Amino acid sequence: MSAERERREILIAAIADLLDGIRHVAVGASSPIPATGAMLLRARNELCGKPPVRISILGSQAHNFFTNGGIELFDCAAQGRVDAFFLGGGQIDGEGNINLVGTGDYPASSVRWPGSFGSAYLYHLIPRVILFREEHSPRVFVPKVDFVSARAITPEVPRRGGPHALLTNMALFDFDRKAGRFALCSVHPPFTPADIRENTGFDYDEPEVVRETPRPDAATLSLLRGRIFDELAETYPAFARAMRQAA
Amino acid sequence: MTEIVALEALVARIAPGQSLAIPVDSSGVAMAATAALLETGISDVRLICVPISGMQADLLIGAGAIASLETSAVSLGEAGGAPRFTAGVKSGAFALRDSTCPAIYAGLLAAQKGVPFMPIAGIIGSDLLNVRPDWQVIDSPVGEARKVVVVPAIAPDVALFHAPEADRAGNVRIGRHRELAELAYAAKRTLVTVERIVDRNLLETEDSAAGVLPSLYVDTVAVAVRGAWPLALWDEYPADEAEIARYAAMARSEEGFRAYLSTFLSHRKQVA
Repeated sequence: MSAERERREILIAAIADLLDGIRHVAVGASSPIPATGAMLLRARNELCGKPPVRISILGSQAHNFFTNGGIELFDCAAQGRVDAFFLGGGQIDGEGNINLVGTGDYPASSVRWPGSFGSAYLYHLIPRVILFREEHSPRVFVPKVDFVSARAITPEVPRRGGPHALLTNMALFDFDRKAGRFALCSVHPPFTPADIRENTGFDYDEPEVVRETPRPDAATLSLLRGRIFDELAETYPAFARAMRQAA
Repeated sequence: MTEIVALEALVARIAPGQSLAIPVDSSGVAMAATAALLETGISDVRLICVPISGMQADLLIGAGAIASLETSAVSLGEAGGAPRFTAGVKSGAFALRDSTCPAIYAGLLAAQKGVPFMPIAGIIGSDLLNVRPDWQVIDSPVGEARKVVVVPAIAPDVALFHAPEADRAGNVRIGRHRELAELAYAAKRTLVTVERIVDRNLLETEDSAAGVLPSLYVDTVAVAVRGAWPLALWDEYPADEAEIARYAAMARSEEGFRAYLSTFLSHRKQVA
């Protein structure tokens, strides 16, 4: 359990770093790790006097300042009022396209997932979309998705939004929007670049020296294990409890 | 004038073949009314999820009540995928219209404004445009030159949701769940179940009026105590996670679903 907690803490700290510099991050429903990363950034900025961060967590009452109904997140995104968001995918391909619909021939998919949610829209409009998918396997990371719920780049249409990075249980990738390709950025301990190659079904760039994803430092850990898990308990009680019990 | 009727009389106003719009799980889902509707043996409903649904849509699908489904997703959230939805898509049990959340809101907005379509940002590049030939990409006819997606108006025959309270005139308190107002503005008729009817006038002060859907948009109200159970109703009760997980497990098979449905219907009768 404590190994599980360390794994999650690396992801949470990586998310806080990826969000650095933003003013407003929205987090979709059922996303405890992204929500925790956003809360860590908010607390960190507050402590070191950096500009405040707004967090909108869908499904939360305490961490949600919208009052104009379900459409408000989308209106905010269209106006450039949301800087960062998280998307996942049943499949994610090497060009950054995501599939939330299913595999095989549409519509009688061999595997059917819930559906595209707001992805087709938000991917276009939010500048810093972090792709977050814990399972790192060739069945998730495919050369080409079977259905494009949301496309990563659209040279034919100018846009503000798109992928910023891809974070998994094993590694962190950067995304080059001009080239439309991922590049391996860092590998979480105890994995190696060879593990990543073996478990990734698409091609990507790899620097000569791949660094290890840093473990969160002591100050980050104490912030996380204290105040952040308190704040998180309103929206994700089970997750906050599990992280605490692992201590 | 808004009519206040019994739950059975409220659901009797939904007819086979009509389009029925329902809100997302956290917004006040009329589960008691869904049970009562299934008791009538309703069929051929054209269901519109605004913009997604969970157990409510899955129950209607599993019971064979729907002919078509327009939605951005169907999921039981923490409890996992929606089993009858998944099975129904594979077997082609209903006509599926995959959407994306803001497109559904935009369609309702067009209906609210009485125009045939609404332009909407984003979406371009998505395969949704290939499977939704009713959505078009046009060159903006005004302003800066750019491509824009337009989606047709969505004017549901009936909107159905659950809220904490209504007053005797049929004004309904919806808090900050403005998407419920959007549903009602767009729909031809709106049916609302509530936990209770209050004697005070909800439009009396600015404070309370701001969170109210006026009776102008509300056709029928019925009382249904714990009417969203096992889903949550804001400020009233949380979701019954154990019950939703029990549904998720049982609904994996057709037989399990039937067994769940029959206990769900009798439980709802007891509460009523």
